[in-house]
Amino acid sequence: MPEQFEHMVAAQNVTFSYQETAQPALSDVSLAIQPGEFVAVLGHNGSGKSSLAKLCNALHLPTSGTVTVCGMDTQDEAQLWNIRQHAGMVFQNPDNQLVSTIVEEDVAFGLENLGTPQPEIRPKVDEALRAVSMYEYRASAPHMLSGGQKQRVAIAGVLAMAPRVMILDEATAMLDPSGRREVLATMGRLHKERGITVIWITHSMSEAATAQRVVVLNEGKLALTGTPREVFRQVEQLRALGLDVPPMTEMAHALRQRGLELSDDILTVKEMVEELCRLSSRA
Amino acid sequence: MLKDITLGQYHPGDSPIHRLDPRSKLLLTIAYITAVFLVQSAAGYLLPLAYLLLVTWLAGIPLRYLLKGIKPLTMILALTFVLNLFFAQGETVWLQWGFLRLTQEGFTTALFFSLRLVFLVMGTSVLTLTTSPVALTDAMERLLSPLRVIRFPAHELAMMMSIALRFIPTLLEETDKIMKAQMARGADFESGNLMRRAKAMVPLLVPLFVGAFQRASDLAMAMEARCYRGGEHRTRMKVLRFSRLDVLAALSMLALVLLIMGEGSLYG
Repeated sequence: MPEQFEHMVAAQNVTFSYQETAQPALSDVSLAIQPGEFVAVLGHNGSGKSSLAKLCNALHLPTSGTVTVCGMDTQDEAQLWNIRQHAGMVFQNPDNQLVSTIVEEDVAFGLENLGTPQPEIRPKVDEALRAVSMYEYRASAPHMLSGGQKQRVAIAGVLAMAPRVMILDEATAMLDPSGRREVLATMGRLHKERGITVIWITHSMSEAATAQRVVVLNEGKLALTGTPREVFRQVEQLRALGLDVPPMTEMAHALRQRGLELSDDILTVKEMVEELCRLSSRA
Repeated sequence: MLKDITLGQYHPGDSPIHRLDPRSKLLLTIAYITAVFLVQSAAGYLLPLAYLLLVTWLAGIPLRYLLKGIKPLTMILALTFVLNLFFAQGETVWLQWGFLRLTQEGFTTALFFSLRLVFLVMGTSVLTLTTSPVALTDAMERLLSPLRVIRFPAHELAMMMSIALRFIPTLLEETDKIMKAQMARGADFESGNLMRRAKAMVPLLVPLFVGAFQRASDLAMAMEARCYRGGEHRTRMKVLRFSRLDVLAALSMLALVLLIMGEGSLYG
């Protein structure tokens, strides 16, 4: 593995199709993700965001173009396990990604696969479980846990392998609101405290609003990219792509259309309140 | 409703029997079954009985748990007994009724066969009552792993078993969900004759199977993403270690076998 690399994950002119004849799931996508970034990938169903996720750890290989992870080309079979260790992946269905009948055994699964020496496994497993606040449940059976807890166990399983980048492929889509908050908060903390690069694939606008950068995919192509404020400001384009905007942004947009001089990059309720107070104090 | 089903019959505890290495428990159970087959007289069965009672007492398992294990076997037991009673070869005739002949030898064979069955079931019950399914699969993998030289898929077999164990509750939950969804749309699983009820299960099984295949494909993907590549180069977090307890257990089993053989030799 190269010591020096420019981008954590880089896709260059990537085209990918499941079958040779079919319409490509991704066509000519170029994207570079910097070390330590928290990037949200948005898009409606079939936009190619899941394919993009699987290209990032060599579960899929590009039909043309290249994908590199920490400077390693995913086409390079010699680096396959290195890539998968460095680019950890959490999937959508919490039930279908836990392998073992005991939480701590599941977290150890990845480490065991890597051939980590036996005395080193236990401390790493305990540390990962503590990092997602699931240490108390280490002896439980996965089916006794809530959806959010299961996803946190899945995160711990990836975290134990010490990845540089974590790709969460709609990891909150099947969870209830409190489960979503748990998982998002956990990843936010891991990103801040450990500098792990996060690629957060979602169709929830409010989740995407918490990211540092938003990438919008539409029909396999890169449609928009920028900070959440830059992207959500383009209310009309997002609607044309079949996406919603965060509620407060939408409200601000509607108010602006009625002639109120609101700023166009409002994302949260708090910002809306401040902006309205500023307006009313001026009036 | 389906959620109440427990896996296996593991009775958690911290007795010396629970703390034995699952590998030795598995091997000792096999030795015990063999020992039962070595018994040659009715009185000789007191030895494995005493051993079983001692182990059960040490494990802190209520006796009725052992008896519960025999319950589903009553039919087979009765059948074995009756068949052996009348059809085993013998000289000393007790009763003759048409072609049916009740002989002394027939009676002893019938009794022995039934006793062996009872001890076999009770012995394995002690194993499954004191060993969790996870520990059992683990023990099997490790005991079978020397067979890898002849390409026996020990790791794969154990992995399959543990994945099956992991997904039983998930699939039960799903069955429950599908059943309720079908019932809400007027499906009837409870009335009618056997044929009708079997037919009613079809709309239950089809989505269940489709779901199971989806899960299998998802899980394979997730396992690959976590660098799973078979049993090669794999390390384990938990190691099994034989302790002094296991030596003691093995010695006690040896004593049992010797006693049984000694008792058998009395009859030449």
